[in-house]
Amino acid sequence: MNKAFPGLRLEYDPNPPRSRVALVFALAILAALLAASLIFWAYGVSPVRAYATIFEGTLADPNGWATVLRRAIPLLLIGVGLTLAFRGQFFNIGAEGQMAMGAMAGAGVALFVPLPAPLTLPAMFLAGFALGGLYALIAAYLKARVGVNEILTTLMLNYIAYYIVIYLVTGPWRGKSLFGFAFTDSFPPQAVLPMIPGTLVHWPTLILGVVLAVLLQLLLSRTTLGYEIRVVGENPKAAQYAGINIGRTVLLVALLSGGLAGLAGVGEVASIHKKLLDPSNITLGMGFTAIIVAYLTRGNPVLAIFTAFLMAVIFAGGDEMKISLQMPFRVVDVFSGLMLLFLIASEPLANYRLRRGGSDATR
Amino acid sequence: MGQPLLRLHNITKRFPGVVANDGVSLEVFPGEVLALLGENGAGKSTLISILYGLYRPDEGEILLEGRPVRIASPTHALRLGIGLVPQHPMLVNRHTIAENLALGIGNPLFPSQRIVPLIEKMSLAYGLQIDPKAPIHTLSPGQKQRVEIVRSLLRGAKVLILDEPTSVLTPQEAEALFAVMRGLRAAGKSLIFISHKLEEVLAISDRCTVLRRGKVVGSIPTSEASKARLAEMMVGRSVSFDRKRAEPRLGGKLLELSGLKASSSRGLPALRGVNLQLRSGEIIGVAGVAGNGQSELVEVLSGLRKIDGGTATLGGQPLSAGPAQLFAAGVAHIPEDRIHMGTVPSMTVAENLALREYAKPPLARGILSDSSALEANAQAKVREYAVATPSIHTPSRLLSGGNIQKVILARELAGQPKLILAVHPTYGLDVGATEQVHKVLLDKTYEGAGVLLVSEDLDEILQLADSVAVLYHGELKGPFPVGEVTREELGLLMTGSQEAGSGGREARA
Amino acid sequence: MQLDEVTAAFLRMLIFSTPILLAALGEIIAERSGVVNLGVEGMMAVGALAAFAVTNGTGNPVLGVVAGVLAGGLAALLHAFVSVTLRANQFVSGLALAMFGIGLAGLLGKRYEGQPVAVQIPELVFTPIAILLALAVWFVFYVTRAGLTLRSVGENPAAADALGIDVARVRYLAVAIGGMFAGMAGAFLAVSYRSSWTEGMTNQLGWIAVALTIFVSWQPIRAIFGSFFFGLLYYLSFALQNTPIPSVFLQALPYALVIVVLTLVSLRRGQGSAPEALGLPYQRGQR
Repeated sequence: MNKAFPGLRLEYDPNPPRSRVALVFALAILAALLAASLIFWAYGVSPVRAYATIFEGTLADPNGWATVLRRAIPLLLIGVGLTLAFRGQFFNIGAEGQMAMGAMAGAGVALFVPLPAPLTLPAMFLAGFALGGLYALIAAYLKARVGVNEILTTLMLNYIAYYIVIYLVTGPWRGKSLFGFAFTDSFPPQAVLPMIPGTLVHWPTLILGVVLAVLLQLLLSRTTLGYEIRVVGENPKAAQYAGINIGRTVLLVALLSGGLAGLAGVGEVASIHKKLLDPSNITLGMGFTAIIVAYLTRGNPVLAIFTAFLMAVIFAGGDEMKISLQMPFRVVDVFSGLMLLFLIASEPLANYRLRRGGSDATR
Repeated sequence: MGQPLLRLHNITKRFPGVVANDGVSLEVFPGEVLALLGENGAGKSTLISILYGLYRPDEGEILLEGRPVRIASPTHALRLGIGLVPQHPMLVNRHTIAENLALGIGNPLFPSQRIVPLIEKMSLAYGLQIDPKAPIHTLSPGQKQRVEIVRSLLRGAKVLILDEPTSVLTPQEAEALFAVMRGLRAAGKSLIFISHKLEEVLAISDRCTVLRRGKVVGSIPTSEASKARLAEMMVGRSVSFDRKRAEPRLGGKLLELSGLKASSSRGLPALRGVNLQLRSGEIIGVAGVAGNGQSELVEVLSGLRKIDGGTATLGGQPLSAGPAQLFAAGVAHIPEDRIHMGTVPSMTVAENLALREYAKPPLARGILSDSSALEANAQAKVREYAVATPSIHTPSRLLSGGNIQKVILARELAGQPKLILAVHPTYGLDVGATEQVHKVLLDKTYEGAGVLLVSEDLDEILQLADSVAVLYHGELKGPFPVGEVTREELGLLMTGSQEAGSGGREARA
Repeated sequence: MQLDEVTAAFLRMLIFSTPILLAALGEIIAERSGVVNLGVEGMMAVGALAAFAVTNGTGNPVLGVVAGVLAGGLAALLHAFVSVTLRANQFVSGLALAMFGIGLAGLLGKRYEGQPVAVQIPELVFTPIAILLALAVWFVFYVTRAGLTLRSVGENPAAADALGIDVARVRYLAVAIGGMFAGMAGAFLAVSYRSSWTEGMTNQLGWIAVALTIFVSWQPIRAIFGSFFFGLLYYLSFALQNTPIPSVFLQALPYALVIVVLTLVSLRRGQGSAPEALGLPYQRGQR
């Protein structure tokens, strides 16, 4: 394979070291950003200006960092859950819907369940986890018991969740105080998360995300359950052979991943919004962006701490472009789509290493 | 004899670390059957791949009717008149024979309809008996092979390479194939018959060329060949065809099946009342053509499939639990598909060695895995079974087939299994690995285990088993003590009838 | 209900079914070659944008439709490159294409937001074309050598490869043509069904088309009737808006029915009728 560069050749390496994978991924992201700049140019915004805007809005000052952190919180929670789901071969693209369901459950507790003040927030998170998880279980059950492809079902469930929440906020749960708007009433103070002063960074959710990332990492690598999830994900036939209950594993993985998306939904409504509203304004497509967060971790939940931050920069960058350059927020989809395309396209490249010298010189 | 139709001269093909073909020369004349013999890894597959345009030789030349040719691709090979009947048929299961045969050469409109008369003509000429409108998935392995033969003939093949064509056939089906081959030979075609079954080679070929470690060790007329001589040429030392089995030490009743019934994955009856008794220390071979209930039998016994009727007991206890419980009860399972069922290719050797006991002490404490115990377990097993692996943290997919099988043996036979279900345990392994697998299985029987050896390879069964049973269409005939049956009788039982040929068998999954 | 009301309802159903049928036919073509393309929604969006932009730029809606078809095909080539040449996961690649296409159309279409289309093509022009295309796809599949080749590649690419068929080329063509159908579905939305540009006008129809492909067992003729079924659902969700049933439930109905339909299909026959090599990248020498 040394046609173009005599002296250099590509050598197949089925077991690439992590550093090379990371390098290839970094190059893929760079390539995606370059490709996106072509599109900005077509849109009529100079790429330099576009990226300068993103930088200024995100990493240039503390305010930008706060925006990035705020976006990183739900991306982290969902990304951790999706990493686990993908590891167990449950291709969950329904995080949008699970997040909306979580937000709904959290809002329901905040608005309608009288609880002692210190218990309100924990109860909201618990309800959000439960409903998000149960919602994911619908698709997992159909996959495990009937064999229905979960990609389509989780996706369809997104739209169904959307309409359920819309129904509530325009109907039974519509707020008394804000006439004419599709909102619920504002949450009582005990149902609102503390935030870093002057920002919208609800730090308890952030801590929750980091803790869960570490816990799920340990679950995968250090427990028998994690071993089962990995076997089911890598080779279901071997799992069956070894007597691992595949259906139960898929259900569990779905429950956890949906539950984490639900937690993300609670976090958003309990801090930034302080009410339930049109779910597309809560989820903002983060359920899809988190797919890339998870993809980048290569199956390691703890790495989502970094990859969620990375995608949060993109996401916050999208916010900034919308405000400063009046570009539609869809620009985030362009980034996400391109990054995912470049990432999967580049993945096989990690299996090659560049070598100097003739054949077998290194053997 | 005139000019050879095909001549290979000094063909050499190297791969990193191996010389697969080393100065191979051979020739085949019109109207001749040349047998190409060799152990696994002797270079037969490489040579076929070169002839069929999949590999380019590093050195040497190929002469077709005296003219040098460079075979660039399988299609090019076909255009030159070289056809291959592959070991595993390359057919579209859901399409009809006609649709398969029209692929790539049919008319632009109604391709499959217009090719029907051609197929019928060909079928008649060589006694192939195929129905162009039959879907492939309804055919027996022998019929599929004939479709492949017609495919080559339709494309004007003068040289036909048959790659281990009898490996999936009953002796009777093989006989029918030989009749077709004789017809082709009479029509002046050149046939290259690849096999390691010596009886067949002696029965059908005119000349034998033997490969060993990439080199031609000799080429002799079949009339001068004998089994012993060919075998010696193949493996390079004189081989005894004696049984490997020493006198068994039979113990008490171990496995008892009575009226056992089970269904296939498609819900059709697959086992129709199987009766069998296996004593500890005993090896019973289960012969039969694939798809007659072997998979279902093994799955039932290993807990992967539920019992529809009848009983199965192991040491008096009913066998009705999941695979994990049955393993704990002493059922070891060496599965047919060692890569996709027996291991998780992307996981490490150490993790694969833990597939059975990962949740039990010492590998786990409560819900926590103990990684040092996992490593210690792997080190011990890798040493005991001499698994050649760079490290216990190497993904198992990077191991050779023989070493993957050793990983499985090490794991399955670790405790003191009572019942060993061994399915095609040496399929595709080289001589050394085969020897080791056989030895391990035999040793375990001397320690008291009973073995159910499911194999399509009668030779293997006859070498190892104490008695042999035949599964045909979900019914088990036998077992018969190995000394009291002939291959021919077994072959007839495998076809379920007294007739030779492929008739009478139902569609296979 | 008056007779002409029934006729009107029937025509609305036909019109609603048209983009679903077009997009599903495209997906059937791609999947019959063995390539799942989940990017339908994105290809439709890109096709819609191209059709709208060219129609309003040239004043010629036929040119617009041609542009939409070509844009859908080009978008599909992206998927073909990643999933066929690079052999990446087809599902992820399609998903990425969906995101990218929707994003691109949303971004570049912003300048047209709310603008009316310069010249509108009557809706009912597309319906007979879509039905004829379904018949044409059937004809190609089952009567021509090209169709035999396509189906064989989707069932057993190794067998086709051994006979000198260029598997990658067949799959590229199938994916590209499939994308052109999706682009046409998008063009229909842009220059015919809606009279103005609105962001997100594809409205998940692409996903419905993917589900329909499974529902109709990859059969082009059945796709006609399957699309009528979903067309009827969409019609009902509009027609029943002024009834006591909350409209959000009617709007959610098609999505719920996709799940129901997929479940029924799986219960009845598993994935038994899917092309055998569906979703699997082909690499010579691997099984």
